[in-house]
Amino acid sequence: MRRPGWIVYGLLAAVVLGSMFPLLWSVVVASHDSTVLARDRFPVVPGGNFFRNAATVLDTVPFWRATLNSVIVSTTVSASVVFFSTLAGYAFAKLRFRGSGPLLVFVIATMAVPTQLGVVPLYQVMARLGWTGELTAVIVPGLVTAFGVFWMTQYLAQAVPSELIEAARVDGASMFRTFWHVGIPAARPAASMLFLFTFVATWTNFFWPFIVLGPRNPTLPVALQQLQAAHFVDYSLVLAGAVLATIPLLVLFVLAGRQLVSGIMQGAVKQ
Amino acid sequence: MGATTTAPPAGALPPPPAPAPTPQPGRRGRGRARLARLDSTASPYLYIAPFFLLFIVTGLFPLVYTGWVALHDWDQIMGKGEFVGMENYVDVLTGRGFWKALANTVSIFVLSSVPQIMAALLIAALLDRNLRARTFWRMGVLLPYVVAPVAVALIFNNLFADRFGLINLLLETVGLDPVRWHSDRLASHVAIATMVNFRWTGYNALILLAAMQAIPRDLYEQAAIDGANAWRQFWSVTVPMLRPTIVFVVITSTIGGLQIFDEPKMYDSFGRGGADQQWQTLTIYLYELGWTRADFGMASAVAVLLFGIIVVFGVVNFLLTRRIAHDDGGRR
Repeated sequence: MRRPGWIVYGLLAAVVLGSMFPLLWSVVVASHDSTVLARDRFPVVPGGNFFRNAATVLDTVPFWRATLNSVIVSTTVSASVVFFSTLAGYAFAKLRFRGSGPLLVFVIATMAVPTQLGVVPLYQVMARLGWTGELTAVIVPGLVTAFGVFWMTQYLAQAVPSELIEAARVDGASMFRTFWHVGIPAARPAASMLFLFTFVATWTNFFWPFIVLGPRNPTLPVALQQLQAAHFVDYSLVLAGAVLATIPLLVLFVLAGRQLVSGIMQGAVKQ
Repeated sequence: MGATTTAPPAGALPPPPAPAPTPQPGRRGRGRARLARLDSTASPYLYIAPFFLLFIVTGLFPLVYTGWVALHDWDQIMGKGEFVGMENYVDVLTGRGFWKALANTVSIFVLSSVPQIMAALLIAALLDRNLRARTFWRMGVLLPYVVAPVAVALIFNNLFADRFGLINLLLETVGLDPVRWHSDRLASHVAIATMVNFRWTGYNALILLAAMQAIPRDLYEQAAIDGANAWRQFWSVTVPMLRPTIVFVVITSTIGGLQIFDEPKMYDSFGRGGADQQWQTLTIYLYELGWTRADFGMASAVAVLLFGIIVVFGVVNFLLTRRIAHDDGGRR
């Protein structure tokens, strides 16, 4: 196939610049003091004020706590989603059992259900358990996703040769041992992608953590909301917070962006 | 799962390293065989049980129970009160807040989904060319996906600021009047839709790109022989072949788009959807009823109504997208 001309590259470069610009802009604003926009209108070069702004952010909201909370919640949720999805996906893809067809249809149907709309009773359950303000209230509802089960089912159906399972079973391996030694190794590529997407989705999630956590024990997005509520017009400060909160996922993007791209292209969907 | 235990291993595989254990005669052997059978019948259910249990407890039950709460006077602190039947629904539907929030939600949804899919299609078509450094370009368009909506909102708030905002500065530079992004209703919707588009366009472009690459290349060659230029090929080959994927993208963005909360919530520091509710969406309205006014009954009624709206929109969108993509491709 013929190489495309410069117009194609020019348009794509414009799109990529558009993707990066808001981030670059927030770094520029965050590195000045808040009067810069009123004075210069269009500051192009970063200033030297970033660390002072960052320090104020850390004084205003429990930023480190929020970061730690986001790490704990995202890691736990992603690990759990991957494990339970692999387990269920293996059963749906490779084991025959009564009712598996309708149960899988149920899983697929629930992917389209906006479970977020159950917030009122979910909040009541958490309040009853005394979990409001606790990370468990965010972790427990995230432990499984229908998408994860569907994703692993699809992958394992073609990744694990049934003969291998049969061979292991004939050798006398128990069902779980077979899963552990045949299913898990085969699941690894799809499992790592599922981990990535769940991690990003959990890290950026706001609605439920905002409702159930409160100001003392926030995740990062909740802390950003507090920061904005406290300092709305001080853009330098607010954007310093946005930059700080975005850095961890930018690092993840640099390390694993390639996998994210191929995950989406292999059929990952929005969560 | 008897089939897999009795079937012989496939001949293509290397022989098992150890011989299969021969069943021991006697009571212990029979017990072990029974255990093995129990293992293979019960295990599948054990493997799927965690998903179903957790999903039912934290997803399905709250959703269904919402319908029950909506039928009661139900205070966040005081808990369940009297059974009031449809009163909460009547209160919601006769109030001004619901309809305004519904109009805002739909407006923001339309402003974000339609241009977004158009742009995503175009970007996908560009990425589908035989590019140098293709991973770079793909990652480049995906970058916004890792920025949390809350952070996106903070950044765009600044870009769309009424005073000293970059967008208004650019408008003034080209001789236009500045727009009151935070007081004018439609303008606020445009700004919020821009945040959504920023985050999701590249993501959807990659989904469409994957589907584009599955289109057989000889369809294009055939169209070229028939005299179709690139533009014509795009509309008469690419778009019809992408139909299922477009339907999928539209449906998922409907489900998410009608529940939009983060961006409008963060569009000012009060988080109530504007001084005159110019950009209050249905989920913000739900939050306000449930957690500011502590009226769980009415909040639940809004949740149930929004659920219905999502279902209706999903079905209509499905039929519409199928139709549009179909007409462009000619009759099958």
